[in-house]
Amino acid sequence: MGAYNTIAFDAAKCDGCGDCMSACANTKVGADDALKEAPLGGTARSRIQIGGTAETGYELALCRQCGDPKCVTVCPAGALGKDLSNGVIGWDAAKCVDCLLCTVGCAYAGIALDEATGRVAKCDMCEGNPSCVKACPHDALKLVTTSRIYNEVGGWEDLFAPGLAGCQGCNTELLMRHTLRRVGPDTVLATPPGCVPGMGSVGFNGTTGTKVPVFHPLLTNTAPMLAGVKRHYKRIGREVTALAIAGDGGASDVGFQSLSGAAERNEQILFMVVDNEGYMNTGMQRSSCTPYGAWTSTTPVGQGAGGVHSQGKTQDAKNLPLIMVNHRCEYVATASTACMEDLYDKLDKAIEASRRGFAYLHVYSPCTTGWRFPTDQNMEVARKAVDTTFVMLWEYTRADGLHFTRPVDDPLPVTEYLKAMGRFRHLSDDQISHIQSKVVENLGFVKQLAHGAKA
Amino acid sequence: MEQTKYLVVGSSHAALEALTAIRMHDPEGSLTMLTRDPHLPYSPTVLPYVVSGRSAPDNVFLRDEKFFAEQKISLKRGKALKALHPARNAAELADGSEIGYEKLLLATGASPAIPPIPGIEQVGYHVLRTLDDATQLNAAMKASKQAVVMGAGLVGMHAAENLVKAGAKVTIVEMARQLTDGYFDATAAALIEKAFTDNGATILTGSRVVKLAPSATGATLTLESGATLEADLLLVATGVRPNMDFLAGDGATVARDKGILVSESMQTSVPNVFAAGDCAQAKSFYSDARVMNAILPDAAEQGRIAGMAMAGDPGIKAYPGGIPVNTYHFFGRHAISVGSSKVPEGGEVVTRFDEASGRYLKVIFHEGRLTGIYGVNEFFDAGVMSQLILRRIDLAPLRERFLAEPMKTAREIMSRTWR
Repeated sequence: MGAYNTIAFDAAKCDGCGDCMSACANTKVGADDALKEAPLGGTARSRIQIGGTAETGYELALCRQCGDPKCVTVCPAGALGKDLSNGVIGWDAAKCVDCLLCTVGCAYAGIALDEATGRVAKCDMCEGNPSCVKACPHDALKLVTTSRIYNEVGGWEDLFAPGLAGCQGCNTELLMRHTLRRVGPDTVLATPPGCVPGMGSVGFNGTTGTKVPVFHPLLTNTAPMLAGVKRHYKRIGREVTALAIAGDGGASDVGFQSLSGAAERNEQILFMVVDNEGYMNTGMQRSSCTPYGAWTSTTPVGQGAGGVHSQGKTQDAKNLPLIMVNHRCEYVATASTACMEDLYDKLDKAIEASRRGFAYLHVYSPCTTGWRFPTDQNMEVARKAVDTTFVMLWEYTRADGLHFTRPVDDPLPVTEYLKAMGRFRHLSDDQISHIQSKVVENLGFVKQLAHGAKA
Repeated sequence: MEQTKYLVVGSSHAALEALTAIRMHDPEGSLTMLTRDPHLPYSPTVLPYVVSGRSAPDNVFLRDEKFFAEQKISLKRGKALKALHPARNAAELADGSEIGYEKLLLATGASPAIPPIPGIEQVGYHVLRTLDDATQLNAAMKASKQAVVMGAGLVGMHAAENLVKAGAKVTIVEMARQLTDGYFDATAAALIEKAFTDNGATILTGSRVVKLAPSATGATLTLESGATLEADLLLVATGVRPNMDFLAGDGATVARDKGILVSESMQTSVPNVFAAGDCAQAKSFYSDARVMNAILPDAAEQGRIAGMAMAGDPGIKAYPGGIPVNTYHFFGRHAISVGSSKVPEGGEVVTRFDEASGRYLKVIFHEGRLTGIYGVNEFFDAGVMSQLILRRIDLAPLRERFLAEPMKTAREIMSRTWR
């Protein structure tokens, strides 16, 4: 049994046009039958019902295909049941006795009386291709297929040890487990000093934390060491994926020279950077990826010994992935755990590209400890970073240039992101406007690159 | 003595939901379901449709043998609970054997209440509570020319409609002044009554049978008025009484009133013993009083809570109290009632009745909140309305729209409030 696709409704995008209802009525009872019920508007027989008004907002009544469906438990005739292969709650017309008790069980008006037949009717997901979703001109209805990832990889072997020593709420475990699962057992992993080995990937007391060979290079030599290992395997004729999972400090600061060299030589490795914007494993010191204004233990806030007031980091962050684009690598992309489907697509492409040359994947990874936000907020913070365009999700290949994979039409103000965590709590208005203008500038800069790629 | 971790007595909705809830938290603990019925689990609610022939008796089962095998549940059919010995956590069966339990659920349901009318034991009559009752009534109905149904609750009305459709001359005798008393109000009942009389049934409300005697055709009924009725088929549907006879003797320590008294987690007054469904008397939503609310959705809810409590599931939430909910189909029309028919002090009743279409709506508000809603041929989502009541949603700002379009407006509130 896997997870299932669902129809999601974004009330903010709905304008009440009713196309979804017409499409449903047409698909399920035929255009003629639907229109025969003209007094009921022709859409009364639709199994998706949009209510509300432009002033109050539009609202949805639709079967949720519940995991614990009450309609099924209260059906006295055994006429309703959840199909475990696709998650759809099916209705058996022959068994149904029209008692309407299912409508008592459902708190969502997901199964209701079709007055034209005197029987109940409910959404059956149109065999996985819902007409309502296709008909929606505003993207207010979407077939959410995130379960695809779980269904596909849920059964694959987890190549990390069951227990890891990460901070509570850290998303790096998610990243490590997903990535290694995807890359598979024919992998050699390099993890330089940072959170990834700190969490236990290199193991304790002589055992490794992974089920693949893992080694612990210096901060300065991760890329060339891994490149050497890869070359060795090539020489003996064995196909392996050479994977580095490094922090932003190890990649953008002291490890940068050797990273740049490996990229320039187009070594066949996949270099993943988990960017938590600082040296979080060793006590939250600043790195060149730490953003302007952020508190770290080396960019403190308050009155200093010399009488100079400090307000966090005074320099802007280095944009490492854009620098890697300038190496004209096989593949360069940015990703976020807020957008797992996007991350997965990029991981697939990066693995593939690493067979030909240097692939670089930069994952923005909020740090609950160092950024100071509640441990249950990691995904929310990651999502805010994307929605404010504080981070941008794009990919680059030599053939197609750079393009956005998840363009944000209407970015939220950057304050939405900044206020989600403690490391920006002290910011002055000037600092906030600096950050906002930098976000706009960065977006404009990447847009230019993307535009140039298209032309 | 056979020993089981969980013993569930009964096999209808409350019992089945308890099984699911127990297995959700404890996939392995030994689990035994005991039922006096010889069949696989089925719902008493489906029986009128077995009577009518719409549902085949072998096609109404809610679980199959495979389910019990997969879930590692031992199903003992045709085994009635005779006595309970709570002091030593043991259940005594009708065949004299005993089963020891760690946690016990009494979901034993109810049986037809047979009124103590002189002569009733001398005449043949039908009741409708088990699958075997239904198949017998289905067989008898085909030959019936002149049927009498005692009791105009939903069971009696369903059966009467089937008898009418099968071609019998049907008389319904009801003590109360209206049909479906306690389910629907007088206006709704009048609509239901008209549908029945239009189809040839005779309705005698406010009538009481005082004597029964065998006759050549079957039975002769004497009414309080002195009139007599002949019946070749007599159905007694004058209500039910909870099955709790096994609480005599040692089991008498389990507190009872009209039913088995339970807490908000379906626990009886005795450790390790729980009760749910039609045999249980649990908290009302409207007051602290404990009431009988023998309806299917409530049985399922109570069964689930009992199962969670028995398995020690920390996700358990206290039973919020039941509200009456009924849906009723008659002669192609439908009647739905949600919530209390009682108008609370300071409450307000709004009714709307369109005689031409037979659409009837009655809404009861109290302090801006919905406490009850009734409709005939006026469809609304009973599940959504129940939530409006249970969540005590303030409808004051939307009152007029709610009255004009209850279904649509309730759906909007639902979508906004608990999407």
